[in-house]
Amino acid sequence: MTTIHPGLKARRRRSALRTAAFLSPWLLGFSVFFAYPLLATLYFSFMKYDGFTAPVWNGLANWSYVFQDYPFFWPALRNTLWLVVVMVSLRVVFGLGVGLLVTRVRTAPGLFRTFFYLPYLAPPVAATMAFVFLLNPGTGPANTVLDLFGMPQPGWFKDADWSKPALTLLALWGIGDLMIIFMAALLDVPRDQYEAAELDGAGPFARFRYVTLPNISPILLFAVVTGVIETMQFYTQPLVAGKVASGVIGGSGQQFEPGYPDQSTLTVPQIVYNLGFQRFDTGSACVVALVLFALCMAFTAVLMRRGSGFLSAED
Amino acid sequence: MSTRTDRLPRTAPEPTSRTAPGTAGRPPAPYGRRAATLEWIAVHALAVAAALFFVLPFVFVLLTAVMSDSQALTRDLWPNTWEWGNFRTVWETPGFLTWWRNTLLYAGLGTVLAVGSSIPVAYALAKFRFRGRNLMMMAVIAMMMLPPQVVIVPMYLFWSKQLGLSGTLWPLIVPMAFGNPFTIFLLRQFLLTIPREYTEAARIDGCGEFRAMVRVVLPMARPALAAVALFHFFYCWNDYFGPQIYASENPGAWTLSYGLESFKGAHQTDWNLTMAATVLVMAPVIVVFFFAQKAFIEGVTLTGVKG
Repeated sequence: MTTIHPGLKARRRRSALRTAAFLSPWLLGFSVFFAYPLLATLYFSFMKYDGFTAPVWNGLANWSYVFQDYPFFWPALRNTLWLVVVMVSLRVVFGLGVGLLVTRVRTAPGLFRTFFYLPYLAPPVAATMAFVFLLNPGTGPANTVLDLFGMPQPGWFKDADWSKPALTLLALWGIGDLMIIFMAALLDVPRDQYEAAELDGAGPFARFRYVTLPNISPILLFAVVTGVIETMQFYTQPLVAGKVASGVIGGSGQQFEPGYPDQSTLTVPQIVYNLGFQRFDTGSACVVALVLFALCMAFTAVLMRRGSGFLSAED
Repeated sequence: MSTRTDRLPRTAPEPTSRTAPGTAGRPPAPYGRRAATLEWIAVHALAVAAALFFVLPFVFVLLTAVMSDSQALTRDLWPNTWEWGNFRTVWETPGFLTWWRNTLLYAGLGTVLAVGSSIPVAYALAKFRFRGRNLMMMAVIAMMMLPPQVVIVPMYLFWSKQLGLSGTLWPLIVPMAFGNPFTIFLLRQFLLTIPREYTEAARIDGCGEFRAMVRVVLPMARPALAAVALFHFFYCWNDYFGPQIYASENPGAWTLSYGLESFKGAHQTDWNLTMAATVLVMAPVIVVFFFAQKAFIEGVTLTGVKG
């Protein structure tokens, strides 16, 4: 380590250059599309700026406006937390359930797998429009079927108490990705562990509890944390559902009341749009953007620290 | 039906080729056959119920798409007349073809640029040893987990005020040429599974690092490349937020995902036409899926399982 061979030094420099060359597209992309705008977001969060006149120093006024006076911040945060808790846990449980089911189907397994997977592929806007139609309280097939069985018919996307459950239903419909991940994990559980447990007299529930769960726990953690991050970014479905259900005409420059009905579908990413692009309050939009950034990065850190198996930076 | 759809990638073998958990090594007890039959019935009854939940929405959407205007306003589930012309009406709506063209441009060009620029980055992160590599990988993951809304304000100002490109899809396409974090991440995960010996052998044969990548490693990574290309194509196809920000002011730049919603606006009460449009936006994705099912499922497992 004391002396470096002269040829070695040149070779090191060459290999550093080569590494930089391979990484160059991303180094540029990272700086221009991540580092710069993140710093700019921080800068604008202290500025009064409407996008037209020059930005003016505004101190902490944007921050206090967002937390104290902006009417949509707390409803949006509450909705996002509701979705994180309810939607993520239901998606993980349902995804695992469907994954378990699909590993046990003997007849036409490929057909069932395809059926279960297909909804995941439906483009979000199309899937949301389909669900707003299916669940529309007037003529929707869902309520028609519920009526046949004499069940209560909720207002779904038109009722503030039912709009988030309706979004959850839509999210459960598109469970295909989780199903595949769980299926792969379940098939990777060593078979002899089941045999040993069975010899020890373990029933199906004990086998699930003491063999299956410990083996798939890293994948469970992965599903929960990525689910949380995805849900904090939940934007297209609630926005489109609110717009379509309220009957607002979409398209250019249309103003719409976000979160229909009664702000019940308003999520945190949506208020960045509302502040920045509907109210032209750039500074406050950046405050919310930073809050969203902090939330996502906190959960990403959990994933990188705990999930050493699949999302670690090391190899 | 059983040839293509029944295949799964190597990461998740056919359930029939391996005994599923729970049923493994069950001793052939006297009650075994009856218990097995009961289990078969329970499992398949559940599977049929689940299949109804997943498939019925498609069925109702399709049935409504071919109803007449007046019947679409009723609670009927089954069409009295089959108005296949609804699809033609949607297809001939002004703008619909433009949305198609824009979507194909955004998704096609975006995918080529994103995959092309991500390959060398993923290769370096998987195969080279250098200081700061772990830090860089963490930065890739952080960027991947970042909602686009976080940086949208400065990005919009950059593209619209400084470059005057709002009202086009270029602010969405150009950044793809600078590496896409999700693509980089997935490709790197796959490249880690290719043993170092291959590149070393190529180097001994006098290959430079770039040629080793292009000639030796990339051909082996073809399934992963197909998977990330598909993912990226559908990411663009489905993107709503990007076109909403940059293209909303100019209907000539709308994509299918963005235009579809305005279609509902223009046809307020015509659920049949709206559902026909929905079918026409879903259909290409589902057709592509049937042709590329293997690559798709491989890609999904790649996201969750380290190779």
